[in-house]
Amino acid sequence: MSRVGDRAQRLEARVTKKSFRTASGQGVPVIADLSFVLEEGETGALIGPSGCGKSTLMRILAGLDRNFEGSVHLPADGRVGMVFQEPRLLPWRSVGDNVRLAAPDASEAEVTALFAALGLLEHRTHFPGELSVGLARRAALARAFAVRPTLLLLDEPFVSLDAPLARQLHGDLIRLVESRRMITVLVTHDVDEAIALADRIFVLSARPSHVVAEIRVKNPRAAMTGEEAQAVAARIEGLRQPG
Amino acid sequence: MALRLLSLAALIGLWQLAAHFGDPRLLPGPMAVFATMESEAASGALFAALGATLARVAAAFLLAMAVGSAIGYAMGRNALIDRAADPWIIVLLNLPALVIIVLAYIWGGLNEAAAIGAVALNKLPVTVVTIREGVRALDARLDEMARVFGFPRQKRLAHVVAPQLAPYFAAATRAGLSLVWKIVLVVELMGRPNGVGFEINTAFQLFDVPLLLAYALPFTAIMLIIETLAVQPFERHVSRWRPRAAA
Repeated sequence: MSRVGDRAQRLEARVTKKSFRTASGQGVPVIADLSFVLEEGETGALIGPSGCGKSTLMRILAGLDRNFEGSVHLPADGRVGMVFQEPRLLPWRSVGDNVRLAAPDASEAEVTALFAALGLLEHRTHFPGELSVGLARRAALARAFAVRPTLLLLDEPFVSLDAPLARQLHGDLIRLVESRRMITVLVTHDVDEAIALADRIFVLSARPSHVVAEIRVKNPRAAMTGEEAQAVAARIEGLRQPG
Repeated sequence: MALRLLSLAALIGLWQLAAHFGDPRLLPGPMAVFATMESEAASGALFAALGATLARVAAAFLLAMAVGSAIGYAMGRNALIDRAADPWIIVLLNLPALVIIVLAYIWGGLNEAAAIGAVALNKLPVTVVTIREGVRALDARLDEMARVFGFPRQKRLAHVVAPQLAPYFAAATRAGLSLVWKIVLVVELMGRPNGVGFEINTAFQLFDVPLLLAYALPFTAIMLIIETLAVQPFERHVSRWRPRAAA
């Protein structure tokens, strides 16, 4: 295994093998020969059946799991911002403190601008327990952006949000992503979400997972017609295996 | 607060009533005890005893909390250390306080170090077990968050680990204080030349119940005040972020 920062502003992930050990000591392969590349400024979506190792892959990219075969080349200086499936805010600190603790180098103006962009200004002094689900996710997004990441990891950040709230957050997220030159990896099981947010969509197989197909979404997305989006969605659905 | 005071007043009233019908030598009334307390305070003996005992309580308590927290943290974090140290903790938990005190005095001599060490050793396993429980309950997801965002070790301990352990620390403090001061009295009774425990021993030799209560009650009051003014506010402070309904 290796996970190194590269000169180039690109993310190159090649996981040749990752297995988990069961209680009986057997190795269960989760990922086999999964590789993808994202260039500076690109957003890639990983879409695949549940339990196919998407979250495992994210943990590898985040450096939380180093026990795998293969290599991950991070963009230069490798500052990682991450939004987990749950907000994972420190419940004993205010929203503002949560962001500050993760990003001590961010300027006051930067943090304020982020809070304004995400509609969090009046919640800065609130504790996470006082926030709605949607606001807590916004706070987690603010924290990830505040570190000025070169690699932004989003692990199903909108799961269990109702559709209008998710769409609203998609809009905010697109604006923020497009204002930065970073690489974003999004794990999702929602095809529409992948089309709305990603430049490239990687369709993963069931376990042990690998990339079945890479689909480029027309850029800029705004120019894509409804039919084109539907065609991409149909193609992805055709490639997805039941599971 | 009003109810608490009312309940306390009722207790004193009951005491007065019982003393009125009982043998004043075995159960003196509140006024008799208060008079003894006054004369002991005037001579300075009461304050000297309270001071000596409080110093021992503080030393033994701080020692047990510091060492116990460190051991408990290590055991909660490391399965190997946990397995290795667990039998020792179980032995210590089940060893009667009296045995530890007598052994400490025999092995260490009748001195301050042996006295405080014996008290701390009695309190230690309870702290270890409580803090270990807290460490085991640490949220691994927050730990991962801190790692991804590159929190340095110091910051992780202060802002991620410590707040999660604070309620356990408060529980260990609360249980520990009452345990420590009771054992300190025994240690003083058995082998110290001063302190509330020593005075109680003297009162016991003289069969002097007013004297006994004149020393025991102020000390109980002091511990109650520490509990109310320090321990409870600390507990409230560390849980202030919890939604009110859960508190």
